[in-house]
Amino acid sequence: MGGFPTLLYKELLRFWKVGFQTVAAPVLTALLYLVVFAYALGDRVRPFEQTSYAQFLVPGLVMMSVLQNAFANSSSSLIQSKISGNLVFMLLPPISYVEFFGAYVLASMVRGLAVGGGVLAATVWFVDLRLAAPGWVFLFALLGSAVLGALGLVAGIWADKFDQIAAFQNFVILPLTFLSGVFYSIHSLPAAWQAASHLNPFFYMIDGFRYGFFGASDFPPLASLAVVAVSFALLGAGALALLRSGYKLRQ
Amino acid sequence: MTYAIEARNVEKRYGALQALAGVSLEVAEGEFFGLLGPNGAGKTTLINVIAGIARASAGSVRVMGADVVADYRRARRMLGVVPQELVFDPFFSVRETLRFQSGYFGLRRNDAWIDEVMHALDLMAKADANMRTLSGGMKRRVLVAQALVHRPPVIVLDEPTAGVDVGLRQGLWRFIRRLNRDGHTIVLTTHYLEEAEELCDRIAMLKAGRIVALDSTRCLLETFSGLMLRLRLDGGALPEGLEADIVSSEDGRFVLRLRDYSALEQVLHRVREAGAAIRELELEPPDLEEVFLRVMEKH
Repeated sequence: MGGFPTLLYKELLRFWKVGFQTVAAPVLTALLYLVVFAYALGDRVRPFEQTSYAQFLVPGLVMMSVLQNAFANSSSSLIQSKISGNLVFMLLPPISYVEFFGAYVLASMVRGLAVGGGVLAATVWFVDLRLAAPGWVFLFALLGSAVLGALGLVAGIWADKFDQIAAFQNFVILPLTFLSGVFYSIHSLPAAWQAASHLNPFFYMIDGFRYGFFGASDFPPLASLAVVAVSFALLGAGALALLRSGYKLRQ
Repeated sequence: MTYAIEARNVEKRYGALQALAGVSLEVAEGEFFGLLGPNGAGKTTLINVIAGIARASAGSVRVMGADVVADYRRARRMLGVVPQELVFDPFFSVRETLRFQSGYFGLRRNDAWIDEVMHALDLMAKADANMRTLSGGMKRRVLVAQALVHRPPVIVLDEPTAGVDVGLRQGLWRFIRRLNRDGHTIVLTTHYLEEAEELCDRIAMLKAGRIVALDSTRCLLETFSGLMLRLRLDGGALPEGLEADIVSSEDGRFVLRLRDYSALEQVLHRVREAGAAIRELELEPPDLEEVFLRVMEKH
């Protein structure tokens, strides 16, 4: 075994040392969404029968937190190392590009799942939730966080400054998560927007994840899983190809 | 024969810029080798190619016989690099930084050696301090320690004493010399030419991506520098036949370049012949700075 376990451990310790900012803060943000949306809109929206809006919203918020934080972890870690120059410590040792990919993506998954778990643990006190099919919950959380971890890695490789990561986060990740059905069922949208939602890969992650809680979803879970798996395969292959070529990392 | 470092026609282009234009050199095992050149000459680029941080556009590099691309795992295990920039990870302490660096090389139970390196570099008192809180000199020592955690036989130091105070600089050189005595090959770049002169067995000088001089330090000093004789005579004028050696003259003070000590006798002979009396005489030994300037002027 080469440098993989140490690089993974370093990446985990990096976010854990500032856990207040990287785990606690996003949990609080998700709770604020829950309070504002569930209590302001709760009476007017009921996406599934026998499910309150708060119950509907919690899995969406959990998965949104998983995805956003998985992306934030790999992208911010890499851009920080690039800009401060300490990336050189990871380029000098004999760490292969596969090990590098594995360590960054796995650490992102752990952060995403830690935040998601935190949101879930904080909300179960207010909202009555049952897991209809827990296997789907784990599968979508794992695969969804892996997709965003890989995407964060690609963004971190591509970006030359913090601005570009922030832009990626605000103009790509945030709109795609907000418009993926976290806060609503896409069946409540006009037909054209429903069709557009199907082009958003985040929709399948949220929808499939939600299926694990309610046993009901807007789209068949197996088909969603296939979309998410293909997204991971494509992004993973892209990230690996970039790492292998040394693009923007090795001159 | 296996060289510590063997570069063959290494070229590196960044768009239109030719950073390295066909560099070939060999550094023998156990050597203390200097890489000198003005800013932008390609020293750091060459180090980056050796370390695998940059990829050569053409040519090849081997470290202890291992190709830095095809056999990069072995090549990188053989090499410790102290980067020029004072970089660090602000999340971690000195000990964590060194443990991580060791782990990246697959060495996860290495605390005894890490303690030894920290001790040798006077870092023990700061072992658990966060990297952010360290002074520049301390950060530089951590960089040196990071390059040594995997006990590489070849150590490359890219301007390790830039901006470092005299005390630390001398301490650092004592330590590097000890490593060299213990059998480590050392490759050094520096702008302090007196350091290179004192430490290096051989020196390569780079200019615009090419090697313009490569020889033992002694030969370079003999070939390019010679002795500098500062002379003031009674009456001011210099006897005939010595004009060719004049480097500069001002107010009756002459600076002559002499090939070696035997040339001094000829100068004195001429002075005696001319019946002139010596008022001042000063002899300066060869100096790498002079060699450097002359080599750079010539190319």
